[in-house]
Amino acid sequence: MKKPEDEPTGPTRSERLSALAQQHGALVTLLVAVTAASLSFDTFLTGDNLENMAVSSAFLAVVALGMTFVIITGGIDLSVGSLFALGGVLAAWGSQYGTAVALLLPLAVCGLIGLVNGLLIARSRLAPFIVTLAAMLGARGILLSITDEGSKTYLVDKDSFFATLGQGKVLGVGAPVWITLALFVAGAVVLRRSRFGQYVYAVGGNEDAAALMGAPVARTKVTVYTLSGLCAGLAGALNAAWLVSGVTILGSGMELEAISAVVIGGTLLTGGFGFISGSLVGVLLLKVIQNVINQIGSLDSAYQQVVSGAFLALVVIAQTWLGRRRRVL
Amino acid sequence: MTDLALGAKAADRERTLRFLQNYGVYLGVAVLLILNIALTPHFLSAENFRTQAVQVAPVLIVALGMALAIGSEGVDLSVGSVMALSTSLLSLYLGYGTWIALVVAVIGGAAIGIANGSLIAFIGVQPIVATLALMVAGRGLALVLLPQLKDVRDPTMASLGSGAILGIPYLVLIAAALALLVAFVVRRTTFGRQLLAIGDSRPAARLAGLPVRRVLILVYVCSGALAAIAGVLATARLTASDPTSLGNLMELSAITAVVVGGTPLSGGRVRIGGTVAGAVLIQLLTATLIKHDLPPSWTQIAQAVVIILAVYAARERGKR
Repeated sequence: MKKPEDEPTGPTRSERLSALAQQHGALVTLLVAVTAASLSFDTFLTGDNLENMAVSSAFLAVVALGMTFVIITGGIDLSVGSLFALGGVLAAWGSQYGTAVALLLPLAVCGLIGLVNGLLIARSRLAPFIVTLAAMLGARGILLSITDEGSKTYLVDKDSFFATLGQGKVLGVGAPVWITLALFVAGAVVLRRSRFGQYVYAVGGNEDAAALMGAPVARTKVTVYTLSGLCAGLAGALNAAWLVSGVTILGSGMELEAISAVVIGGTLLTGGFGFISGSLVGVLLLKVIQNVINQIGSLDSAYQQVVSGAFLALVVIAQTWLGRRRRVL
Repeated sequence: MTDLALGAKAADRERTLRFLQNYGVYLGVAVLLILNIALTPHFLSAENFRTQAVQVAPVLIVALGMALAIGSEGVDLSVGSVMALSTSLLSLYLGYGTWIALVVAVIGGAAIGIANGSLIAFIGVQPIVATLALMVAGRGLALVLLPQLKDVRDPTMASLGSGAILGIPYLVLIAAALALLVAFVVRRTTFGRQLLAIGDSRPAARLAGLPVRRVLILVYVCSGALAAIAGVLATARLTASDPTSLGNLMELSAITAVVVGGTPLSGGRVRIGGTVAGAVLIQLLTATLIKHDLPPSWTQIAQAVVIILAVYAARERGKR
């Protein structure tokens, strides 16, 4: 574990500063962005806009939650975008047999694909990026073959309980937002307080050392990829409930968004260091940037991509720089 | 006695595995060719071979650059976006003359390569993340420059896309020439040797005094420029610039070709012959499925299975 407070000599002042920047940089940036946006646009701080942003952030946030675990173990999961879309279509198809099927079917299929990813990575020691790249392709293929090459759209009955999960509101806030918050609290508790969470950090910090200390390295890895698959499938199902249909073209590029959010949130791509809350902040920051670009109006979505890409590069540069400084000192 | 017999068996097994790893891709191509000749009507015609070869050319050119990146223990996810960027630049500059437009398009690709390489070599960002950032930003940039599909009406481009010498299309000739050139660079030049040394072990290469940064940047410049050339050629063939969809999922196809061709992801080795065969294998697989009326989605699933099998085979070898 690379937590600075664990170092025996005690952190120096600049070490503490760079650790602070890594932990809270995204939050400060988010606050600045929100303040600037609400001063610049009257339309930003309206209930509708905030609600819309919160709900659309919720789905990405659930995907990013699973991705956070994977990245802390030092891995990466490129299949989440395809699994998100596959989960949505399976949920929409399954919703005709009731809410239980609509939720369990995507969880079962996406969880199984995540499990296979994990087994290939942990037991057969294949590179995570190539395994999940193949899964991305394969899951998209499965999705296309169950929707007649993407031409068939399954609809969710608007009056079903399943649709309520996506569209319902509790205390004026959309149900997906509440579900996401609950998942994040659970995720944070697991990562910070459970033995499994300790193993996740240990495996990402130094795999050989973790194995020597008796951490079940392979089992931990299999679990995080399964978790990531489950999260992506659940996010897809919730999204289908919100849209009341399973849209086949969703989710492409989502793996990039999720990775960006996690990295922006302060989790190191080299593994061993990261926070659940940071990923939530990362998602919100990405969505605020998108929202601002939309509000400017004259700038189209192409600029969104340029800005997101440049932003990711900047954050990674800053991270590498901060990380290097801490190692050197 | 039994130990010896067991040892011999293990050695046999290892030899088989190594053979499959090195030549499996050629075997695969041969099997697919034989199957198609036997089972697919109208497969054995010059016209069909020409079509297949023309379709494989852009993938192969991108895969050549990808092979260099993977050989240096990296990867380049931005290649699809670079293709889109090159097609946008080409359309924008066609007014100034075809050749100027071509040069600008390729320089644009090389510039993305410089950005990738600098992030990786100077700042120490992992290749997958650096090129991910430019994958997103590059596609956006392409769309900012050219928001939608635009027809390319240019006689030089048209002849580049559909012309042929002695019945062999220009596209195929260019791809073959580039494959030979890259193979020569890898095997016979200092740059090639340095690249492989860096892919083998970057710390060792640094200790040996190799110009690690310069070589890494050059690797990604090559990859960017090759992707841009592929983008230009694809544009010439389609006679239209389509920055929205050109090069989509190209990084996947290129990585598949390289990995299936026997270049290990762990770097230090580049197999150009295998990469060519790998690209042909994917193309034949796709063509076979389509010609037998199987839906395109099956191609993706088949490709995924082929990737995993290839990497799995490589693992068996690497473990020993």
